[in-house]
Amino acid sequence: MWIEVCKADEIDEEDVLRFDHEDRTFAVYRTDKDEYYATDGYCTHEKFHLSNGLVMGSTIECPKHNGRFDVMTGQAKRAPVCVDLKTYPVKVENGTVYIEL
Amino acid sequence: MSRLAAQKKRRDYSILGPENQLAQQKGLVAAEWYTSPIPRQRMKELMKRKNGPAIRDTIIWVAALGITGTLAYYSWGTWWAILAFAVYGVLYSSPGDSRWHECGHGTAFKTPWMNEAVYQIASVMSLRPATPWRWSHTRHHTDTIIVGRDPEIIAPRPPIWRLIMMDFFRLYIGPRDVKRMIMHCFGVIHPEEKEYIPASEHRKTCWESRAYVLIFAIVIGACFYTGSILPAMFIGLPSLYGAFMVLLFGMTQHLGLKEDVLDHRLNSRTIYMNPIFRFLYWNMNYHSEHHMFPMVPYHALPALHKEMKPDCPEARKGLWAALSEVFGALIKQGKDPSYTVVKPLPATARPYYYGPGTVASDNTAAAGKG
Ligand code: FES
Repeated sequence: MWIEVCKADEIDEEDVLRFDHEDRTFAVYRTDKDEYYATDGYCTHEKFHLSNGLVMGSTIECPKHNGRFDVMTGQAKRAPVCVDLKTYPVKVENGTVYIEL
Repeated sequence: MSRLAAQKKRRDYSILGPENQLAQQKGLVAAEWYTSPIPRQRMKELMKRKNGPAIRDTIIWVAALGITGTLAYYSWGTWWAILAFAVYGVLYSSPGDSRWHECGHGTAFKTPWMNEAVYQIASVMSLRPATPWRWSHTRHHTDTIIVGRDPEIIAPRPPIWRLIMMDFFRLYIGPRDVKRMIMHCFGVIHPEEKEYIPASEHRKTCWESRAYVLIFAIVIGACFYTGSILPAMFIGLPSLYGAFMVLLFGMTQHLGLKEDVLDHRLNSRTIYMNPIFRFLYWNMNYHSEHHMFPMVPYHALPALHKEMKPDCPEARKGLWAALSEVFGALIKQGKDPSYTVVKPLPATARPYYYGPGTVASDNTAAAGKG
């Protein structure tokens, strides 16, 4: 099911937005190449919101211990992060971002 | 309270002891910490990574080591060698420690391999097995100064002066880490390390330690070959004889402040320092700032400090002011282990967040003592 997240321009280039839906939380990214991606909202190391972190290209750095993930694949890139992040399909239609849950 | 009674009242600071469980029960583990309000847009600017400042500082550092090292070499055998090696030792040990720290966070350089390369070199220079300390420091950030959880608490309450004195020359923690590195060579990980290093990192731990031990073995070999201690005076021993500034800086970070609270303004100390100390220490004098926002690189900490200032207690005026506060508090803790310094907040600040672990009477008792 596709869920509406926000307007496409609500996320800056190279930035991330927190999106809460029902009792879950997600992180929705816009990369430096203007592509949109979505992952689980919490870091896999400890329970911290990735949306407070730093997006560099297509990498998100967690704000707590600076662990890194590739937002396109969810792959863990830098300790202390060891477990990959779950990703979700994203589409942008008529200026609105949707994620598929 | 008599000193003896105070000693008996000391809690168990081991991360393998009962306090670990207690901290979990109190809700102090991997908890939500207080953060000062900073607009996202500003935060993004502050978090921005650069290569420039760290490359510049690394060139200065290497050059300073080269110059003092040369002077030390040529003064060997004269009294001047004491002065030359003292300066070389501080330049080896102190930036060794602060570069280890900043590169461990991955914030020193923009380019990941540069962080990693300096991290490994600085780990050797600060006599630390690289992966265990990376994970111990991760824990220090998750559970900062939570008794039973944080493996990097320098001194318990009341303090153990003998261990503090030994660490002026890294004589307590240094041999402990060397012993652990030697054990890693045989594939043995200390139980305390197992508490915070995931199993998937054990192999790496062992291989790194093998490489480090090999480096130290080569230095020892060179000493035998040349029939002189001189090679070790340049690599290895400076981690000990040059360590006193590492300890002095380190002691100002958290000692004398609150334990078991969830607000870095209560358990970390921010100090104004001169540019030379800030170069050696890579701006870690902005310690509350670093703990609250560890993704802000060292070169942006003065700017972050400006943003946080209205929400924080006043910064200490200098290293000596901070140290006199620390030593004063430690001496008082010798008699009264519950003694802590709590600085008043400015009117613009939001109240301190003690979290669930601190009993109210402790706060009130301490609040007036700042
Ligand atoms: S919580 Fe994300 S790296 Fe530790």
